[in-house]
Amino acid sequence: MTGIRPLTAPERVRRPRAGFSGLPPWLFLVAALGALFILLPLAAVVVRVDWSRFPELVTSESSIAALKLSLTTSAAATALCIVAGTPMALVLARSAFPGQQVLRALVLLPLVLPPVVGGIALLYTFGRQGLLGGTLRALGVEIAFSTTAVVLAQTFVALPFLVLSLEGALRSAGGRYEAVAATLGASPTTVLRRVTIPLVLPGLLSGAVLSFARALGEFGATLTFAGSLQGVTRTLPLEIYLQRETDPDAAVALSLVLVAVAVLVVGLAHRSSPPAFR
Amino acid sequence: MIPAAPSPASGMRAGRRRPRHRRGGSAVLACALALTGCGGGADPASGGGIGAGDTITVFAAASLREVFESLAEDYEARNPGSEVVLNFAGSSDLATQIEAGAPADVFASADAPTMERLAEAGLIDGEPGEFARNRLTIAVPQGNPAGVKGFADLTGVRLVACAPQVPCGAAATRIQEVTGVRLSPVSEEPSVTEVLGKVISGEADAGLVYVTDALAAAGEVEEIPIPEAAEVPNSYLIGAVAPDAPEAAQEFIDTVTGSAGQALLQEAGFQPPADRP
Amino acid sequence: MGFALQAAVRARRFDVALSMGDGETLAVLGPNGAGKSTLLALAAGLLRADAGSAELDGRSLFGPRSFLPPHRRGVCLLPQEPLLFPHLSVLDNVAFAPRSAGESRAASRASARGWLAEVEASELADKRPGQLSGGQAQRVAVARALAARPSLLLLDEPLASIDAAAAPGLRRMLRRVLAGRNAVIVTHDLLDALILADTVTVLEEGKVAEAGSTQSVVERPRSSFAAGLAGLNFVPGTSVPSGLVDAAGRRLEAVSETPLPAGVPAAAVFSPRAVSVFPAAPAGSPRNVLRVSVTDLEPHGEFVTVRAGHLSAEISTSAAAELDLGPGSEVWFTVKATAVTLYPL
Repeated sequence: MTGIRPLTAPERVRRPRAGFSGLPPWLFLVAALGALFILLPLAAVVVRVDWSRFPELVTSESSIAALKLSLTTSAAATALCIVAGTPMALVLARSAFPGQQVLRALVLLPLVLPPVVGGIALLYTFGRQGLLGGTLRALGVEIAFSTTAVVLAQTFVALPFLVLSLEGALRSAGGRYEAVAATLGASPTTVLRRVTIPLVLPGLLSGAVLSFARALGEFGATLTFAGSLQGVTRTLPLEIYLQRETDPDAAVALSLVLVAVAVLVVGLAHRSSPPAFR
Repeated sequence: MIPAAPSPASGMRAGRRRPRHRRGGSAVLACALALTGCGGGADPASGGGIGAGDTITVFAAASLREVFESLAEDYEARNPGSEVVLNFAGSSDLATQIEAGAPADVFASADAPTMERLAEAGLIDGEPGEFARNRLTIAVPQGNPAGVKGFADLTGVRLVACAPQVPCGAAATRIQEVTGVRLSPVSEEPSVTEVLGKVISGEADAGLVYVTDALAAAGEVEEIPIPEAAEVPNSYLIGAVAPDAPEAAQEFIDTVTGSAGQALLQEAGFQPPADRP
Repeated sequence: MGFALQAAVRARRFDVALSMGDGETLAVLGPNGAGKSTLLALAAGLLRADAGSAELDGRSLFGPRSFLPPHRRGVCLLPQEPLLFPHLSVLDNVAFAPRSAGESRAASRASARGWLAEVEASELADKRPGQLSGGQAQRVAVARALAARPSLLLLDEPLASIDAAAAPGLRRMLRRVLAGRNAVIVTHDLLDALILADTVTVLEEGKVAEAGSTQSVVERPRSSFAAGLAGLNFVPGTSVPSGLVDAAGRRLEAVSETPLPAGVPAAAVFSPRAVSVFPAAPAGSPRNVLRVSVTDLEPHGEFVTVRAGHLSAEISTSAAAELDLGPGSEVWFTVKATAVTLYPL
């Protein structure tokens, strides 16, 4: 067998080769316009950067503090999204119960909710006067104005992205592998750990990347719920917003950093993602 | 009917105040008064060559919304057929829009540096004039749960203030210099609206806001005055936008600086400009 | 001991009872939609019956008030597509069941190598599933199933997706590993049933159409489906002296194996090779003569199968050419009474 070229599957996951695409030519023009619509504003930012001051602007104490805070809180929020979102996606994709459609719609609410309203909602829940405020205080937990609040705000807005993309991956993977694994004697927990999760790992990864990117850009809910204090709650978007008041050049430079970090994360995740399974 | 045309950003930045102490404000004001002739008790209501159908566009700091809306109504009533288009947002947003060529006839800023930025760029007709002042005060949630009695008590409570980069934060810094009390807020917000919101919701024990904000939220927060704040007030400036502001622009400015405008501003909690009682 | 199942699933109009002795292999035949997959899903625990029960080696799989989840049944499903776990190597695929049962990594891999050898696929151990051909993957899937040491193995058309060249080898391997095991094998292919199974159950529209030893079903089919698989003409009807009358009122002279009283349900069965085809009604023939309309012609080698509805005749290619047959041709099928077997249904 050795020396023989591997059959079918590796080819299946390869990118479509050059050749017949089946797309009408005008479609490429419209697609190019769409891409331009996204890329042109980004290019405009790059053009506006004052490169001579760039290193100084992005390495100021406040900028570094904001970048560090953004990276750590977004990572924590992504972890929370995975922990809370994976079971949700599994339940939504693999089980059927009354009210499931309604639950799915509700879970996706943060997507349409203005982030400021999300922040207010979190305040009404975890704030001092909020639903859980008394309980939390009795436990000695103060959330408002803490880094925890930032993570909660980011998780709130980012969670739907993980649930959506993981549920999609689960649905397209189907339940046949799980059925086979169960008849091989694997308990539901073993099936989840050794079959389901590895199968949808690419979907989970892309969901996590989307969540991270959303958390990284989160502004409104953070400002409303967590406040803004250097090194504690002032993430990169909040720092950019504040810098704009006094130094628009710094704001532009930091925006570019934010874009670069997001591009880097998405790019890395894409490279390391295993090929999609059928 | 006042067709307000807030920019998309105005919702987010509504209520931004950016007054800042302006040295030499009185000189500027004197000049402005001389130009407008309102210092001599001239009645702006007399109007001067305002033709029917004139439309003027006023860009004003968000904190001026209520006062300017009634002033515009008055103005339109007195000049039938004329129309005042209002656009409220943070002062620096408005300045950026004017720099980019937005069709403004009048600009009212909540702080001096922003107005100076436009004046230096030659975008303001003549010298802008101070028409009101504002100062900081302490807002606490209903019932004052932390028992704040004065500025010195703010060190031991959950205090929310503006960031030093924005005018309301700069004002707080100046009060700290005057009083010698060093504050350590749990949050430094980019706008006074955020400060007020966190006091109203009870998340903060106290917040530093403008007197006008505390007054507007009178049912929801209690106010504890800071006597020292009077020593470091913030200036509100107004000017006609160059190069070709219509005559009506000056008429509207006169309405603001005139007795009717001043009465409304003071009702809202603003202090009169430096050289007025 | 052995396996017995009796279950109804109303939504699928499924109501089937079957059983098999210890160590037997049962072939389940039937047209698409007959309920074959439902049967496997019920046995594996992937579907709940509305009513019924099942027992395997004396253990209850499900009953009116009990339900054993799939992973505790000792029933292993081998689906039509191999469905090897794409993220595991071939060896780890086969080691999956022992690992899940709690064996150490080393022990489970050692037993996996044993099972790979059993299906003659040892050299594939280090490959990824994506690198295997269809036949190789199916072998590995069999090894993976056997490694679970199931009390009952369910095979869903194991040879359907295998190319013709690989099928014989795989069939031989299955015959070897299924010997002495309890297995249910769903198939479309009578050859599979003959080679792999001890008994046959034919399902039609969710019901058992017939059941019996493979030999008896092949030789004396009781359903037109089984007869079709066996390549026999099958005419059900009511017995009359020395023959039967079918639903259309046609009389067939036939030889009964055992004396048959008149008026009982019976079937007349004859091989297509025993049928002669005439362009006009043969006069004074002692044979059964059936006037038919040709629906289809299937040439294979020197012979042509002439289909006319559910009846068929096999004649030489030259004879077919001489008759100038085509769909729609009106012809007469004749068959000697001694070539028609009659038995009660």
